[in-house]
Amino acid sequence: MTSLLGQLVLAPVILPLLGAGLCLAFGRSAAAQRLISIITLMAVVASASVLLFRADQYGPQAFNVGGWPAEIGISLVADRLSSLLLLISTIVTLCVLLYSIGQGIVEFGRDAPLSVFYPTFLVLSAGVSNAFLSADLFNLFVGFEILLASSYVLITLGGTEARVRSGTIYIIVSLASSALFLIAVASVYAATGTVNFAQLALRLPELSDPVATMLQLLLLLTFAVKAAVFPLSAWLPDSYPTAPAPVTAVFAGLLTKVGIYAMLRTQTLLFPTHELRTLLMWAAILTMVVGIMGAVAQSDIKRVLSFTLVSHIGYMLFGIAIASELGIAGAIFYIVHHITVQTTLFLVAGLVEYRSGTTNLDRLGGLARKAPVLAVMFFVPAMNLAGIPPFSGFLGKLALIEAGVDAGDWLVLVGVGAAVATSLLTLYAVAKIWNRAFWQPLEDPEDDTPVPFDPLVLGGSLHGRSSISTATQRETTWKDDTEGVRLPARMAMPTIALGLVTVALTVFAAPMFAVAERAADELHERTPYIEAVLGDG
Amino acid sequence: MTANLMLIAVVGVMVGSGVTLVLERSLTRILVGFVLIGNGLNVLFLVVSGPAGAAPILGLSGDPMADPLPQAMALTAIVITLGTTGFGLALAYRAWQLTGTDDVQDDLEDDLIRRRAERDEVSVTFDEVDDTELPDEGYAGDSSLAPEDEVPA
Repeated sequence: MTSLLGQLVLAPVILPLLGAGLCLAFGRSAAAQRLISIITLMAVVASASVLLFRADQYGPQAFNVGGWPAEIGISLVADRLSSLLLLISTIVTLCVLLYSIGQGIVEFGRDAPLSVFYPTFLVLSAGVSNAFLSADLFNLFVGFEILLASSYVLITLGGTEARVRSGTIYIIVSLASSALFLIAVASVYAATGTVNFAQLALRLPELSDPVATMLQLLLLLTFAVKAAVFPLSAWLPDSYPTAPAPVTAVFAGLLTKVGIYAMLRTQTLLFPTHELRTLLMWAAILTMVVGIMGAVAQSDIKRVLSFTLVSHIGYMLFGIAIASELGIAGAIFYIVHHITVQTTLFLVAGLVEYRSGTTNLDRLGGLARKAPVLAVMFFVPAMNLAGIPPFSGFLGKLALIEAGVDAGDWLVLVGVGAAVATSLLTLYAVAKIWNRAFWQPLEDPEDDTPVPFDPLVLGGSLHGRSSISTATQRETTWKDDTEGVRLPARMAMPTIALGLVTVALTVFAAPMFAVAERAADELHERTPYIEAVLGDG
Repeated sequence: MTANLMLIAVVGVMVGSGVTLVLERSLTRILVGFVLIGNGLNVLFLVVSGPAGAAPILGLSGDPMADPLPQAMALTAIVITLGTTGFGLALAYRAWQLTGTDDVQDDLEDDLIRRRAERDEVSVTFDEVDDTELPDEGYAGDSSLAPEDEVPA
């Protein structure tokens, strides 16, 4: 029985892969594919919650794949941090899957021609789980590659011109960062003779300072590309908004957070002495400020949201740079909050697009009157993102700012100031969306001038039908003042469910923050993780 | 640890020429560049695994053996490179099919902003906030700013 529970660590990686295989095997039946993917992700959510419970009660859960000892084999470890992120990310993945199933049914009917979407989506989930659970650098690389390979497919889904263009940029940047990651892995192995995190934690202090700093820089640079930290973030707003709404939502929620997780793991476990703190702090400040400046200047909902995504990565980096226990706990709490909120907002943007045919603020208006439910669905997570007091966004920011004030040196205080300013500007950015899309009536809805045909908005549909038909369809739905159109429940329900998760984070903030603090404590101590990996080897 | 200078030179040349190719505009060249980089990095893993000559098998005899782990890693990296190269080729073909060229194109919004900067115009949002009388004039009225006229043939 204990061995069975020990093998549970494998489940979040293996189950989605098996599900993806089954989906391909049942490729002819739409219903079977939907059923398989839902059941698979539900099983993953269940195993992740058991893992979180066990990791919280009994310490990190380690499993050596294939029975090889951790030094030479692959091991998977679920400590509090990874199982917490695993649970929240699989919940988000499940909601997005339900939403995309709803969108597929709404747009193309029950027996929609099948696409590669469901298997690829499950593989993406497996990759994210593998990255969260892996206990060595190379397996982390493999996890990244699994999720990147499936994200390449998802971001170019349907192969329309706009998606190929934006996908190309994304793929080239990802390939470059993967190459950099391989160089980092090779250098680490050359310097220490191992890629296992626990062994690295023991061996790295013996290296000379310049070598250790170089390794740290290489790893940080790699993860910074994946997490879209400021100077390396330019690719993100170019590639994300073009993809279908559920794809953008799950990318925004998860992919950048995997990069942040990798930074958090390597910084706390491998380089706790932190020589690069000043650099990280500057990166955090610039990410926050420059990102939100970009958001303020945009006039498309998806692009505004993409820029706020970049900007709020800065908060998590800020927590990592402070490196005190409170700072790390704040960062963990903020990651959990941001995964759910950002995903919800992108799903709502997808609904806005479905309802009005566009997400361009110049062509939207009066949605609060026409679609009050949609307005509420946007309002709650938007205020949460901006950090209005009762919400979890406020609590996360407060913890980070408190940790910053405690640390007390001038650079950290500059960071605190940047965090407050970013928070205000985020409020301005979401208020702008609220004003122009939901509150103000559209200036001149009967205007006959031809709409500038905007390829960025094109092809919001999941299956990427030919762009022309989508365009005409969009134009007609946009011009009618469709008073009676209701939101499709199949798409709205998962969005509302995810919105409720964000509210639940606020309601149960105290136990949540306690878990985050215990996770930070565990990261700070380091020994439980190292013993769990090497102890039974 | 001993390192083979020849192999290191090979890594340097392959990765260097790969990077040069990646800086090109054509997607096919970029792909060839990444293939070169990928193979160069596989050689780097050989460098990392220490001196050559011994068998990489664990626990069969007391003879000195080569470190098998980097070879396993290089194998995995080869598979991944193969997969992404295949996908990239498909993408380049699709781009060529759609536009007649496989050049990597600029982002439309970036281009819009750049042309605004050339004309010394402020953004739409700025207009919206400060100029209350004719809010949408700047964008809707000037059709030459609309993105569609920039899409290359």
